[in-house]
Amino acid sequence: MSVVRILGSGQFRLDDSEVGRLNELDNAVAAAVAAGDGPEFTRTFAALVAHVREQGTAVPDGEIVTSDHVLPAVDTTLDEAREAFSGEGAIPG
Amino acid sequence: MAGLMSRFTTLFKVKANTMLDKAEDPGETLDYSYTQQLEMLQKVKRGVADVVTAKKRLQLQTAKLEESIVKLDGQARQAMAGNREDLARTALERKSLIQGQLQGLDTQISQLEQQQQNLVDQERRLSAKVESFRTQKEVVKAQYSAAEAQVRIGEATTGLGEEMSDVGLALQRAQDKTEQMQARAAAVNELVDTGAIDDLTAPAGSDLDAQIAALTAGNQVDAELAKLKAEVGSGTPAPELGQGAAPAEAQEEPK
Repeated sequence: MSVVRILGSGQFRLDDSEVGRLNELDNAVAAAVAAGDGPEFTRTFAALVAHVREQGTAVPDGEIVTSDHVLPAVDTTLDEAREAFSGEGAIPG
Repeated sequence: MAGLMSRFTTLFKVKANTMLDKAEDPGETLDYSYTQQLEMLQKVKRGVADVVTAKKRLQLQTAKLEESIVKLDGQARQAMAGNREDLARTALERKSLIQGQLQGLDTQISQLEQQQQNLVDQERRLSAKVESFRTQKEVVKAQYSAAEAQVRIGEATTGLGEEMSDVGLALQRAQDKTEQMQARAAAVNELVDTGAIDDLTAPAGSDLDAQIAALTAGNQVDAELAKLKAEVGSGTPAPELGQGAAPAEAQEEPK
């Protein structure tokens, strides 16, 4: 089992068999960011988030676990995603 | 290129690890962590309150803009009845600007509602985790030495560091969003608040109207002006009323 956190939306437990698909979807997001393709980023990122939500089970509120993977908030823009790659820190200090 | 997820995971973990400072005395570290968690919970509560306040402000602004629309509509009609098409156009252009602004406000209000809901959910999750941490902390403190207790509760501490980072980022996003909204609305708000927007007595061709005309160019102002002209025109007891009566007769003919 892997734990995936979607920032702002909590954590989800995902069966390890789903992780391969997760990586595929993630690579598609990275490709869209690299291409600077806004609509493609929106589409692929939404698919990635939907996969985690639909295939995963929400971690109960009172349970404290660390995450294996972290995804940015659902309303992340292409520019914000690009900052994460450029290392300027989409995550402010 | 590495995936977005792995990149983001690394960045986030670095931040999460710095979330909970350690106290100098290991025995105090767990209690200190708990105090920091409670402080973060207070921050989220304030964050929710701030979003609610911002939302109320936008709702008030909506009500004001709606009043202005009614007023400008009346002014346009009066101006047209008084054969002042120029003033009627000015009033309709301003109305059009405000209508655009109102649509923007609706979107912003629903975005703030979403932010509010997210923060409330996050507060609920953090609150449950903090309570769970408190219980675990008391249990391990009763059973182990301070140093051992910290090791035993290590995962919970890291996990809560994550949760607090996540909440901290959400608060930052909510704050940025409300600030952006306020800045964007400020210019039109000022015009409405000072009453300048529905004061048509300002000298013709003023800067304000030139700006508004440019902003609303190519939209429905011309069509609305023509419609108003027809409406007001047909109700005016002017000598040329006879011409206006002809279409009404023509409509009756097919019967």
